[in-house]
Amino acid sequence: MLEIKCPYCGLRDEEEFGCGGEAHIARPLADNPISDKDFADYLFYRDNPKGLFLERWRHSAGCRRWFNVARDTVSHQILEVYPMGAKPSTKAGRAAYEASWRRQSPAEAAARNIPQKTRKTSTSKR
Amino acid sequence: MAESNIDRGVRALRDRKKHYSIFSLARQARNYHQGWQQAWRHAEPKAEYDAIIIGGGGHGLATAYYLASVHNMTNIAVIEKGWLGGGNTGRNTTIIRSNYLWDESASIYEHAMKLWEGLAQDLNFNIMFSQRGVLTIAHSEHELKEMSRRVHAIRLNGIDSDILSPEEIKKFVPIMNMDQNIRYPVMGGFLQKRGGTARHDAVAWGYARAADDMGVDIIQNCEVTGLRRQGRRIVGVETTKGLIKSRKVGCVVAGHSSILADMAGIRMPIASRPLQALVSEPIKPILDTVIMSNAVHMYISQSDKGEMVLGAGVDKYNSYAQRGSFPVPEHMLAAAVELFPVLSRLRMLRHWGGIVDTCPDASPIISRTDIDGLYFNCGWGTGGFKATPGSGHVFADLIANDRPNDIAAPYALSRFETGLLIDEHGAAGVAH
Repeated sequence: MLEIKCPYCGLRDEEEFGCGGEAHIARPLADNPISDKDFADYLFYRDNPKGLFLERWRHSAGCRRWFNVARDTVSHQILEVYPMGAKPSTKAGRAAYEASWRRQSPAEAAARNIPQKTRKTSTSKR
Repeated sequence: MAESNIDRGVRALRDRKKHYSIFSLARQARNYHQGWQQAWRHAEPKAEYDAIIIGGGGHGLATAYYLASVHNMTNIAVIEKGWLGGGNTGRNTTIIRSNYLWDESASIYEHAMKLWEGLAQDLNFNIMFSQRGVLTIAHSEHELKEMSRRVHAIRLNGIDSDILSPEEIKKFVPIMNMDQNIRYPVMGGFLQKRGGTARHDAVAWGYARAADDMGVDIIQNCEVTGLRRQGRRIVGVETTKGLIKSRKVGCVVAGHSSILADMAGIRMPIASRPLQALVSEPIKPILDTVIMSNAVHMYISQSDKGEMVLGAGVDKYNSYAQRGSFPVPEHMLAAAVELFPVLSRLRMLRHWGGIVDTCPDASPIISRTDIDGLYFNCGWGTGGFKATPGSGHVFADLIANDRPNDIAAPYALSRFETGLLIDEHGAAGVAH
């Protein structure tokens, strides 16, 4: 059983929480030029690492607030808990954030209001 | 619906001495059973193959078997990181059924069911396929109505499915608690009589033995460390036993599909989760069918050894550790004891987890990829075992012909771009 430190309520049993899957997936703006293939990155394609994973959790049977967790998917060790909207502060968490393919994806670019021409070039590997 | 004349690839064993029968049993008995031959060779990899299958579970071995028997591709290899059937093939609760809602699902699972029905004869291996029926129960008026809609859809696809009233259920499963005052009373159910169970290890062994007899190399204890590409084409597999060349590679690795996809520089819409199961101490026969409940998250059957075999839904977070979190089995056992009070003092013998590859629409991926010659068969999530023969059959066809047949076509990766999903979250239920 995991013990998760809710940033608002403190250490509680796993059963009180719900897991929301991969964190830091930005929704493309309504007015966006990306293809269906690139939009699928936002909608369906997910990071599924064997190792450190940045994910969202919710203290659903407690304060019901969302937060982020950096957790290892093999050892289940929780490296850090950090608020929604923030980025990981540990070195490993930061590295996992920067290394994700999603940072370069057109879908993520389309979530920010960046100029048209930089959006057009896809560095997505798929 | 699924075609009636499937090419089952049935072949007599080349080595007639290996044929299993009542006569071979009697012959070996005279010799104190010392003359049995090993069922498959311990092959070492050749430099190059016509096709390589990564993953020596049921699906991978079935793929190899049908590649050899139906498509005459015998210069192929199956590469397995551990031992045959040591992954999810040996970790599931062995339930087989084909009562799915959508046409695409009905087509592939019924294709598998038709292969199951003759598989022991096809492979000359007793897979202990037992069509003892699978009964899915409903606990509310709403669930019952949803169930009857599903039953009609399933019957329209030519798959057997019957609604049972509480009285009929009482007769069919005398030990079930039919008290209407429990938290989740049993209000009805639907039964697929052709559903049932099979011995999971035997399925892997049967396919391995038959494939090996046709010349397929089965290479165990050989982990894939990389996929060798030349531009947009696959040219080989890097393993702990060196580079093995091939221009066709099929990946059938369940929970580790994302890892393998990453080696090829592609991505999958998959989340890897633990699915837990447990078995009790063996007891006298008390349950001769399979019971599933989607609402209370529990499915149960009794093995031929007498153990009660129980399973539930996946854990709520991603994991590659082959163990699960405690709340899931606790919840499952609470439901089991309420439905079957007779089990309350039963001791559990073993408990384990397998890593399943769950897809956003709870349907599998059987697909070509952007890399020529690289194919994926994954995303079976919590329900892959029942599809083993059908999955292998259509995947072999995809690899041999480089294009999906009618059954496999809807399961292409492109459905996540077009939006043509096959949403089986409801029909699959928990015991998918």
